[in-house]
Amino acid sequence: MALTLEQVRHVATLARLALTPEEEQRLSTQLSAVLDAVTQLQSLDVENVEPTSHATLTASLLREDVTRPSLPPEKSLANAPAKSGTSFAVPKIIE
Amino acid sequence: MQLTDLTMLELAEKLAAGQVSSVEATRACLERIQRVDPKIRAFLRVDEAGALAAAEASDARRKAGTPASPLDGVPVGLKDLFLTEGLETTAGSRVLEGFVPPLDATVVRLLREAGLPLLGKLNLDEFAMGSSNESSAYFPTHNPWDVTRTPGGSSGGSAAAVAAREVFGALGTDTGGSIRQPAAFTNTVGLKPTYGRVSRYGVIAYASSLDQPGPMTRTVADAAALLQILAQHDPKDSTSAPVKTPDYSAALEQGVRGLKLGVPREYFAQGMEEEVEASVRAALREYERLGATLVDVSLPHTQYALATYYLIAPAEASSNLARYDGVRYGLRAKDARGLKELYSLTRERGFGPEVKRRIMLGTYALSAGYYDAYYLRAQKVRTLIREDFTRVFQDVDALVAPISPVAPFKLGEKVDDPLSMYLMDVYTLPCNLAGVPGLSVPCGFTKAGLPVGLQILGRAFDEALLLRIARAFEREHDFFRRLAPI
Amino acid sequence: MPVSDFQPVIGLEVHAQLLTQSKIFCGCSTAFGAEPNRNTCPVCLGMPGVLPVLNERVVDFAIRTGLALECRVNAKSVWSRKNYFYPDLPKGYQITQYDLPICEHGKLLIDTPQGEKLIRVRRIHMEEDAGKSVHDAGGGQSLVDLNRAGVPLLEIVSEPDLRDADEAVEYLKALRDVLVYLGVNDGNLDEGSFRCDANVSVMPKGSSTYGQRCELKNLNSFRFVKQAIEYEISRQVDVIESGGKVDQETRLWDVNKGVSRSMRSKEDAHDYRYFPEPDLPPLHVTTEVIEAVGHALPELPRAKLQRFVSQYGLPAYDARILTAERPLADFFEACALRYPDAKKLSNWFLGELLRLLKEEGSTVSSVRFTPAQLAELLGAVDQGTVSANAGKDVLAEMFLTGRSAPDIIAEKGLAQVSDTGAIEAVVDDILAKNAGEIEKYRAGKKQVFGFFVGQVMRAMKGKGNPALVNELLKKKLGD
Ligand SMILES: [Zn+2]
Repeated sequence: MALTLEQVRHVATLARLALTPEEEQRLSTQLSAVLDAVTQLQSLDVENVEPTSHATLTASLLREDVTRPSLPPEKSLANAPAKSGTSFAVPKIIE
Repeated sequence: MQLTDLTMLELAEKLAAGQVSSVEATRACLERIQRVDPKIRAFLRVDEAGALAAAEASDARRKAGTPASPLDGVPVGLKDLFLTEGLETTAGSRVLEGFVPPLDATVVRLLREAGLPLLGKLNLDEFAMGSSNESSAYFPTHNPWDVTRTPGGSSGGSAAAVAAREVFGALGTDTGGSIRQPAAFTNTVGLKPTYGRVSRYGVIAYASSLDQPGPMTRTVADAAALLQILAQHDPKDSTSAPVKTPDYSAALEQGVRGLKLGVPREYFAQGMEEEVEASVRAALREYERLGATLVDVSLPHTQYALATYYLIAPAEASSNLARYDGVRYGLRAKDARGLKELYSLTRERGFGPEVKRRIMLGTYALSAGYYDAYYLRAQKVRTLIREDFTRVFQDVDALVAPISPVAPFKLGEKVDDPLSMYLMDVYTLPCNLAGVPGLSVPCGFTKAGLPVGLQILGRAFDEALLLRIARAFEREHDFFRRLAPI
Repeated sequence: MPVSDFQPVIGLEVHAQLLTQSKIFCGCSTAFGAEPNRNTCPVCLGMPGVLPVLNERVVDFAIRTGLALECRVNAKSVWSRKNYFYPDLPKGYQITQYDLPICEHGKLLIDTPQGEKLIRVRRIHMEEDAGKSVHDAGGGQSLVDLNRAGVPLLEIVSEPDLRDADEAVEYLKALRDVLVYLGVNDGNLDEGSFRCDANVSVMPKGSSTYGQRCELKNLNSFRFVKQAIEYEISRQVDVIESGGKVDQETRLWDVNKGVSRSMRSKEDAHDYRYFPEPDLPPLHVTTEVIEAVGHALPELPRAKLQRFVSQYGLPAYDARILTAERPLADFFEACALRYPDAKKLSNWFLGELLRLLKEEGSTVSSVRFTPAQLAELLGAVDQGTVSANAGKDVLAEMFLTGRSAPDIIAEKGLAQVSDTGAIEAVVDDILAKNAGEIEKYRAGKKQVFGFFVGQVMRAMKGKGNPALVNELLKKKLGD
């Protein structure tokens, strides 16, 4: 199953990757090969099979509703590429 | 014999007897790192000050007769996927360059509490995506047995550091074989515990339903001792199993007499290198000689594991890696005009080709119109693969099989062919999909002197049995005494 | 076709912040109004490697709400990730419930001019809130505050059973009352702890096929809900009337201009790539837990209103006001236990107590006197110890100080004079001084009677028992 360049661009938009034209080309080829390999699964009858989304069946773990100390803002923001006061700063969002 | 040639337990014995100090052992490691790491490149970061401070504290405890654990004072290394408070953690990626976590991973905390000095952060495939350590954004790690070859991946730095005796042991993570395959490639022991046995809190996620941290050591007994520290229920990880921790060393020497070991025929498919197969077959005969019964078994859905894995893991990864957006930490494209560019340029520059490939694949598998055909179907096949194991474990106590169809290959050999790289994980992936434990133990060398590993797979939470089976072989063939020529 | 030939179809999605102490997946406080990022930790900041652990009270609140809305509570529900990029969404995905929510198939009754109407509730699910972005920060920047990221939300989705803006508002008010009664939400639309999105479409009357719907956002008051829905209905009718076609889109209500505008262009169409959250196992709820929550469920606003009408014989108008808030209803009932005339009691509540509360800007929970003290005052009025008018002053004093009615009456000398002899003396005095007025009265000018009453009351400083004053005057005037 081939992944067209157009599909590659659409997926890259969803994934927020500004791919170069060469990358688009290469990914189209490589991902098509991988998708070819995985079409093998289509041959299996899984009509009545439950999907597995968790490797082991652990019970729901719940915590009590009590507050725990948060990080001091200087720690929360210690790795921030840009900040203003105790807020993270990003280029202006235009809605 | 050099200090760094000791196993963890041998060193622990000397520490307990006061024959050597933790500071001496730590310095010995630091010196060895300085000497051999330029050739191996296992370390991304050495934390000399932190390790020595921990060693001094350990020596004080030993002197006071209050060691924190049997391994108190034994220096180890960490794959750079484990968060370390105050020490840069990158996951081998540019996108996290300079990221200093405000917290320790649970397992890092457990190691610190047990008194183990942490020597630093070990190289890996970027975000643990890879089987050769070549996808590290920084540099590839070299195999101490032949520096022109890969140590495997993604925990290649951990395996190489253990094999090169730069550390006494290390932590790795295993999502599709990332502990076991590098262990097999470096003549070391690697254990992927049952999913949920060891906490994932503070371990940078690749594929959350498959990731599992585990010990990488030179001997089986060391792996048992390290797992003893790591295997704790963690209330910060909702997938951590609320299961008691057994004594992993108790039954280690009990041998395999009377055990039924399954030999899955699908794991001996065509395409395996002859010498690898010969080593593994010899190990199987050895088990027979030691009193185990070999049983021919079938895991019929093994052939679908690769496709299943390469849909599920990238899908989860595409979501797990969405947080690297340049807003709160890590790399940011400073020249971005507007929000859209902030995201797409940051991520384009921050991620390497393998990571982008998997993000793209996973995004596609989850996207509208393809979810049912790809992701959901893969999850259903995952159920069939799990059921294969459940069924076979009704008849046998454990499975013995190869780890990798090939011996360590040349660096650069497969970089441009992702599919052939993926194909090498074919024997390690089913274990992660089923959530069961898997172990790699050295079982020989090729004529060229390249290590070969044997895989032992068991029932969920049956790590103690896997260690016992591995130890039975190791007792007869102490390959671990062979030191990498570095 | 005129607007009246179209049938609007409306469904509502409500996001209600839950009144927990801590966030849904971490221990950070949910308190509103802190300095930006003061209430954040590695988990709600979306740092690498961290994992969510579910707050048990969120589950309790969700079940409570589900039972109150007569939903089926699912024994197993599943967490999912909703993937999208936005600066206030730290992980790049929101943890929510998608395929299998915790509650489904509920209902809520509302009042319409045509009578009671049942609105079906499609589903209720738990999820985490996002943070906040401030766009007008200056310097070409937007600022991100993640204090709200991870605050627990219930999303409550109705079926498209609402047919006009008034019904939508009625539904929202009824739902808010229920949530506030349950103690799971503070019902505050201004601060955004109770938020509403509306899905609106129109179809020709008599049609059974829904038209293309638009989603309206930013409806943070009941007034805006009504305005925005009405605007949207006429906008869609206009589009269809002029031969156009309604596009499925999200529209943002502009409070200042009173219009809505399209929020996202089509090329940005979202593909949320939902999939089961691997970091959280499915949530299992046992029958025992559901039953326990059910037993602890309080009486709900509508049931209480109906009971106030039937049990206390109150007019629906009174009952509605008294049951609007649970503490007020509780206080009323505590008083009613001690004072049997519920309608009189209701009059004092509606006329006096609510006015005092409003003037002070406080709620019934801060009232300083006890139900027994109020009953005591009303008893004194009934017995004529104090006049109804003076009683209001006594109540105001009780409200301020919490002192008892007898103390205040005694201290301020407000006791009513019911001594026949004392009143008779005053009546005689007034009549003696106003012979001319008596003439007029006897000549048939009966309204002069009021003049005499006023004179007597004034002489007695208002404390004469009005009934006795009337009685004696009539007797003396020879009626
Ligand atoms: Zn938090």
